[in-house]
Amino acid sequence: MMGLPVPPFAADVFGPEAILMKGLDGLNWRIKDYEARGGYAALKKILAERIPPEQIVAEVKKSALRGRGGAGFPTGLKWSFMPRQYQGTKYLVCNSDEGEPGTFKDRDLLRYNPHIVIEGMLIAGYATGAPVGYNYIHGEIWEVYERCEEALAEARAAGYLGANILGSDFSFELYNHHGWGAYICGEETGLLESLEGKKGMPRFKPPFPASYGLYGKPTTVNNTETFAAVPWIILNGGEAFLNLGRPNNGGTKIFSVSGDVARPGNFEVRLGTPFAKLLEMAGGMRGGHRLKACIPGGSSMPVLPASIMMKTDMDYDSIAKSGSMLGSGAVIIMDETRCMVRSLLRLSYFYFEESCGQCTPCREGTGWLYRMVDRIEHGKGRLEDLDLLNNVSDNIAGRTICALGDAAALPVKSFIKHFRDEFVHHIEHKKCLVPDYV
Amino acid sequence: MNAPMTLSPDALARIDRAAAKYPPDQKQSAVMAALTIAQDEKGWLSTETMDFVAVYLGMPPIAVYEVASFYTMYDLKPSGKCKIALCTNLPCALQGANVAAEHLKKTLGIGFNETTADGMFTLREGECFGACGDAPVLLVNNKRMCCAMTPDKLDQLLKALK
Repeated sequence: MMGLPVPPFAADVFGPEAILMKGLDGLNWRIKDYEARGGYAALKKILAERIPPEQIVAEVKKSALRGRGGAGFPTGLKWSFMPRQYQGTKYLVCNSDEGEPGTFKDRDLLRYNPHIVIEGMLIAGYATGAPVGYNYIHGEIWEVYERCEEALAEARAAGYLGANILGSDFSFELYNHHGWGAYICGEETGLLESLEGKKGMPRFKPPFPASYGLYGKPTTVNNTETFAAVPWIILNGGEAFLNLGRPNNGGTKIFSVSGDVARPGNFEVRLGTPFAKLLEMAGGMRGGHRLKACIPGGSSMPVLPASIMMKTDMDYDSIAKSGSMLGSGAVIIMDETRCMVRSLLRLSYFYFEESCGQCTPCREGTGWLYRMVDRIEHGKGRLEDLDLLNNVSDNIAGRTICALGDAAALPVKSFIKHFRDEFVHHIEHKKCLVPDYV
Repeated sequence: MNAPMTLSPDALARIDRAAAKYPPDQKQSAVMAALTIAQDEKGWLSTETMDFVAVYLGMPPIAVYEVASFYTMYDLKPSGKCKIALCTNLPCALQGANVAAEHLKKTLGIGFNETTADGMFTLREGECFGACGDAPVLLVNNKRMCCAMTPDKLDQLLKALK
């Protein structure tokens, strides 16, 4: 079967350990359904008990919730950077500009459970003292943007948005903003530029958004899934969330599994779940093939061979120890029929195409990487190209304003490191070591 | 003499609604929405259309051109009546995107970035739509996503669009 499950689907389709995606059948996304699942109870609790914002930040710190967009930065710590005494408008921004190849979790969260993100943003707005929020939604998922507009209208009509929410002295306004096709806007300062109506070119940091963000005002930017985890933490406590995962790796995580598996999809599991179990949830390898390689955290992260992957647990620290990164939780699976040169070629083209052109090492370097991998793929490579590829990668990574340079370099180095034989074979025999895939 | 270029009252109302999301002194934030709305109405973004958006939002024209040329889903040239963008990035390629690409090219008789002689279809190669689990996945005129596009489903889609 091709494609993701079509609604209505079985309510445990995202896995038995799901908390953010629990009980979703694809149709029950409206506010009344969310409230029936216990939605908006966390916000009501905060407002009724007048919980101090500092206490909410402390609870999120205790939960060891780490940013789900890719960098894995501790969320509570990020919130604590927002200046408390600032006079003037502070902003809260949700990064739903999901375009990292392999990642498709925020799309499912927003279309099947939009109110959990709205509630998470409300609580974050309360905790950071930001009265206005924007949800920046990937341009390519227009239908999801429209659903989010409907969900916001529902929340507004129910009194969860606007002035004096539920009769309290807390006010918060939230708006959706759509992108229109630029991967770079997933980088948080590129996203802020885009929100201001400009080209999405990332900014120098520091200053970080907490001191100079949207319209130059203090701003917190978090990923969609990060916000979605907040209501559960408030209702159940930071410690309970932490205990779902592992120390320093709190909670559950939605993994988007794609590629050569029988059942691609989103699976929400506890952090620390063995990779083999996740692979099994995705129906195992398609067509009885064998696992060859896996990119465990989205296309920007290093690829790992099957032998390492099968011994790796799915949490930030375990994957880092194995030599890659959890990133956005996009797990791209490749079987033994896949040519690693051709796979890298497609990724290198992507970074070449999506470089914003601001920094010379990235603008020029991504083109060099792409053209060199292209000539190896097409039988015109030289053995010294492999050292040159590593050299160019080293001269991009860490020398650019944003992480796109690193994102272009890391796959190149890891593909050559783990699958050097295939590159050498291409160069020496002018053809693939494996049968060409379709 | 041609009448000055403008957008329909409905389009202008939608731009106004988008602009109301931002602080009154930050109308430029609505430029992406405004260009999207303008492109929907005109089919593509001519210099005239972009100049109109610039005046409407109180922006220098160059600032509007910069945005329109930076984001890939804005069309600065006319395209076919149906613009089909297919993602061929790695996760999609592993799940049949290359088969879908070949089928589209063969059926329509055009390559990527080309338009059929009757002006009906333009084919584009897309980059990650964030929908990899639904591969092969394509967008019709930027806004309609079609999932799990086997050759059979592609044939049905092309027939329905004609």
